Amino acid sequence: MKFLIALTPLIALVAAPVAAQNQDLGEPMGEGQEVEAVAVEGDDGDGPLRGTVSDDSSLDDLGIAIPAFATDRNVSTPANANGTAALGEELARVITANLRNNGLFKPTGPDSLPKPEFANITSPVWSTWGVRGAEMLVHGYVRARSDDRLTVGCYLYDMALQQRLVAEGWVVSPADWRRAAHKCSDLIYARLTGESPFFDSRIAYIAETGPKDKRTKRLAIMDSDGANHRFITTGRSTALTPRYSPDYKQLVYLSYVDGNPRIYVYDIGTGRQTLVTQSDNPTFAPRWSPDGRWILYSMAVGGNTDIYRVSAQGGRSERLTDTPGIDIGGSYSPDGSRIVFESDRSGSQQIYIMDADGSNQRRLTFFGGRSATPEWSPRGDQIAFTHIAGDFNIAVMNPNGRGLRKLTNGWQDEAPTWAPNGRIIQFFRTARNTGATSLWQVDLTGENERRLPTPVDASDPAWGPILP
Amino acid sequence: MNTRIATAVMLTSALALAACQKKAPEELPPAPEATAAPAPTPTPTGPAVGSMEHFIEAVGRANTVVYFDTDRYNIDAEDSAKLQTQAQYFSQYSNVTFTIEGHTDERGTREYNLALGERRANAAKNYLVSLGIPASRIRTVSYGKERPVALGSNEAAWAQNRRAATVTIN
Repeated sequence: MKFLIALTPLIALVAAPVAAQNQDLGEPMGEGQEVEAVAVEGDDGDGPLRGTVSDDSSLDDLGIAIPAFATDRNVSTPANANGTAALGEELARVITANLRNNGLFKPTGPDSLPKPEFANITSPVWSTWGVRGAEMLVHGYVRARSDDRLTVGCYLYDMALQQRLVAEGWVVSPADWRRAAHKCSDLIYARLTGESPFFDSRIAYIAETGPKDKRTKRLAIMDSDGANHRFITTGRSTALTPRYSPDYKQLVYLSYVDGNPRIYVYDIGTGRQTLVTQSDNPTFAPRWSPDGRWILYSMAVGGNTDIYRVSAQGGRSERLTDTPGIDIGGSYSPDGSRIVFESDRSGSQQIYIMDADGSNQRRLTFFGGRSATPEWSPRGDQIAFTHIAGDFNIAVMNPNGRGLRKLTNGWQDEAPTWAPNGRIIQFFRTARNTGATSLWQVDLTGENERRLPTPVDASDPAWGPILP
Repeated sequence: MNTRIATAVMLTSALALAACQKKAPEELPPAPEATAAPAPTPTPTGPAVGSMEHFIEAVGRANTVVYFDTDRYNIDAEDSAKLQTQAQYFSQYSNVTFTIEGHTDERGTREYNLALGERRANAAKNYLVSLGIPASRIRTVSYGKERPVALGSNEAAWAQNRRAATVTIN
């Protein structure tokens, strides 16, 4: 820390432009640790059992009991001031909140349930849980290792079958204890729905404060449930439209740090950032390719905006569109072969599709009104976008431009971003007159809509993939 | 201070002498001698040439901003009259550099609005260049929907926010 401070004046002297473009940045936070999967207690080596779920009623009626995770020995841990027993309760609370908040299940958390003994994690006392009306039972344990790290085991039982459906374990650093809870949530969710996991992921967004005509906009990140919230920029300059790199090592976003709107590539480990392209022209709307090798950005030259791509390693940019209209944004298909983007070449904002090299451009949307901000689902089966017909609403369509379905009914809902499993869409909602902004999630039925709590107003969400 | 006073002297007749290239005097006239009565009127100290105050005083505040229709960026007759007034000022004060800020109303998606604001700023810039103002003196910046001047969510507020504002660089 002292070394950093001592170095700062030197950097200012020898690298003024770099210092200038970093002046809105907070302290670097370093990268997170990997989560290691391990065998769990009671695992017979044949891998998890794959019984059939006995209950076939609608999932949102599925009762799940999630008592506190047990610990073999209540010892101190950096993850919780009250030791591993208290941490076991916290783990169960996080899992309960995850499963409840997404409207999928009816979980009961540890605060209204008895605490199972460590020995019963692998052999539940069925009579204790049978009277509580839950169809599913979650058990788990947390154990402090000699290296300070934690082993967390997670078990899902079918109450009717009195059988284990699935079990997994992970070793996490104390700072990453919530990731074990997200991994367990993902395990339960995936087993019960047949869908891919999504809880163990992060969201980058823009935190907003201040009056409507003088908003402070800061780049911020958080876990998928809003925890581990961190500001990355100080708010001195306006920051907009972030996107996580697929490996979570970098963020691209727009900053006015030098007075002009420009795209920067921010390195999370080092806390330094570089321009996406050395140009005096304004750049907007950065996007990663799914494999992380390419960055798309849009650049205005003489007032005309087109889409470019550049290797994530830097180098020469390649222009992909060349119409006199505004061509902007872009979202890759999961296989990286095609890009959906936005253009007003027809006279109004519409969604177009092209091959990844810019060839074969054609219009996709003919729904009436305007269609903007397309985002290809990680599953590839849907494209989410902002449909503007009077109000602004989140909608989805098939990749062939048919099958429009409107999912929200706000006054101004925009900028959809997909959960890693392509089943939930996050977006931001602006309130009429006040300009207050907030993050929302909606599932593909449009029926389960909920606000994601944030410390302050929030916009421009970008959901990253499952954490590596 | 000397140049500031000279500026002020010049400013009093700035518009009337629009075509006049009279140089500021090398030396100021001697200060008026202290007399008992009447009290000396203070030397008028107007805003410095190139300051935003000076620009507004010369062209009128209303002429510093042009407005656009929804999703449009064309320069209409009213805009062109305003930009001609601006061009006269920038021809007269040929050392003044300035920024044209492009803005949109809130009823658009964020990234498209950034591009639209850029387009509006450039439309105004190109018009001034066509009137003989060197492009090298004009910077453009788009704020999209980030900096509204009217805060309501209604057509009257949106009309005020769809604008290209000329701001001098001091």
